[in-house]
Amino acid sequence: MTRIGRLFERLRGKEPRPALIAYLTAGDPALERTPSLAAALERGGADLIELGVPFSDPVADGPVIQRASERALRAGTTLRGVLETAQRIRQSSEIPILLFTYLNPALRYGIEALARDAAAAGIDGCLFTDLSVEEAGDYVAAMRSRGLDTVFLAAPTSPPERLRLVAEHSSGFVYLVSRTGVTGERDSLSSTVEPLVKAMREVTDRPLAVGFGISKPEHAAAVGALADGVVVGSAFVRLVERYAGTGELERRLETLAHELAVALPRK
Amino acid sequence: MASQARQPDERGHFGPYGGRFVPEVLMAPLEELERAYLEARGDPEFQRELDDLLRHYAGRPTPLYHARRLSDALGGARIYLKREDLLHTGAHKINNCLGQILLARRMGKKRIIAETGAGQHGVATATVAALFGLECTVYMGVEDMERQRLNVFRMRLLGAKVVGVDAGSRTLKDAISEAMRDWVTNVNDTHYLLGSALGAHPYPMMVRDFQRVIGVEARRQILEREGRLPDTIFACVGGGSNAIGIFHAFLDDADVGLVGVEAGGTDMALGHHAARFSGGAPGVLHGTYSYLLQDEDGQVALTHSVSAGLDYAAVGPEHALLHDIGRAEYTSCCDEEALEAARLLAQTEGIIPALESAHAVAEAVRRAPQDRDKLVIVNLSGRGDKDMDIYRESFPELDQGAEE
Repeated sequence: MTRIGRLFERLRGKEPRPALIAYLTAGDPALERTPSLAAALERGGADLIELGVPFSDPVADGPVIQRASERALRAGTTLRGVLETAQRIRQSSEIPILLFTYLNPALRYGIEALARDAAAAGIDGCLFTDLSVEEAGDYVAAMRSRGLDTVFLAAPTSPPERLRLVAEHSSGFVYLVSRTGVTGERDSLSSTVEPLVKAMREVTDRPLAVGFGISKPEHAAAVGALADGVVVGSAFVRLVERYAGTGELERRLETLAHELAVALPRK
Repeated sequence: MASQARQPDERGHFGPYGGRFVPEVLMAPLEELERAYLEARGDPEFQRELDDLLRHYAGRPTPLYHARRLSDALGGARIYLKREDLLHTGAHKINNCLGQILLARRMGKKRIIAETGAGQHGVATATVAALFGLECTVYMGVEDMERQRLNVFRMRLLGAKVVGVDAGSRTLKDAISEAMRDWVTNVNDTHYLLGSALGAHPYPMMVRDFQRVIGVEARRQILEREGRLPDTIFACVGGGSNAIGIFHAFLDDADVGLVGVEAGGTDMALGHHAARFSGGAPGVLHGTYSYLLQDEDGQVALTHSVSAGLDYAAVGPEHALLHDIGRAEYTSCCDEEALEAARLLAQTEGIIPALESAHAVAEAVRRAPQDRDKLVIVNLSGRGDKDMDIYRESFPELDQGAEE
């Protein structure tokens, strides 16, 4: 079992609560900063780090993460560099790390090579935004053979038979997309979250995390009451954008992570 | 349907290429689109309505014209032009748009979105949306909006909203990304009217089927005119819809050479062209696995072509298969060759081609002198009205005194 599996097992234990999952685009503003930003999120209460690999054409992302990807690529970030950075995070932390990427950089790197090097770097699993379960056979086998989790997305548009397929291909947890749309903060939560969580519970016992559009403590509280994990991305990335040039970025990230973490309901 | 015998597998693969590589949100909508399309394809009433529109609205069949003065000037091959440029809206794009708008209506969609490079697909989409009274938004890179200003205005006059995309290379690639983001968000009531034989299954198959009429007509016409099949067919390849449209009816005619012409841009350095087969490697962009211009880290490369419609980093997956099995040959012409070919065609035949189509003309022109006694067809996929600003800039010697 990976650190991801152990995390959710622990959180289902004596004092159950949902996990806070924090997304960062690796290499924004530069790879040298990424370990320190991840550490700030962990200090604030993040339970799992999603480490985003920047891609030139991020079709599932809204403007905030698009701009982060552009900054990271301009700073020379590569998949190889992200793996080395994960290893640096791992040297001082046992926080579970999920590599979050579009498919093409991984194809170019080689799926087998990625599985080998990600495992060696201390990464616990991968999520490919644009890889459907139908195309994922070889990938899942390669990741599993290295003991890595494969997390897939389920969406409000997924009918029950697709939810079942997504759950079958997923390990660690299943990532539920809160609404149709791209990543980015929203003022209110989508009404599709609750029916999606319920529909997924009917086909799987795996932990369920919900993401897309969650940025505020009250969102985290509401989603946390339904799901086993709450993913926050653009709200953190926006802080990176705004405060990277100042001395207060780490403190800002830690504070937001803390506000979100304390808002999560104890069950 | 024997004439459509060459089909992708049930998951949309042409050999190793194609498939469906999109965020999960789009998987069920793509399945729904595929079901609706396959049902429509087998429905005689759908085909009848489409045929009627193609004939009375778009202007099919288009002529197959023997370009005698061009042929004579080159002193070799007999060159025929398949005149898709004579269609309503000025390019082959309308064939696909009419098919997809009928499908969108059948699926009960209220809103149409599209991407456009040169603006020809955007204009054709805005046209059919107006014809069917559907709301229409077209995404276009801001660089393309600048170089194809006339088409931006045409779309607006037709009632479409044109949204400039100021990201990445600010061209077709970024327009597709933004259209996909819109579709992911509004998928319940919106049909994405993709303009080329690209993207996730079923688009490459469906767009090809709607463009297939080009080759079906050309094959019949050349047999009528010459009593034999052509030796070679030339077509430009951006995403590749006009090329697959004319190639497909000839795939089983082993003696007919098929030549796809990509944009050679200014030179063969990465970023200066859009020649995916010579400069790219297989990869995934915008939902499909095919040849892709990319750097060593798998980031999609910038591209360049004087022709906005060919200025794209990936190529349709069926072309990738035809390339690998050797059934079609892919080559490229540079900006300058395309411009010169356009001038030659204008001055020998009185036909000003679109810059995209000028690439196909250029390759035919290059080979014609050695192709003595050969019979060739060039797919003249679009007309050059939209490119007048670029032609003016490129031939300043013809423009002297015009401003005074």
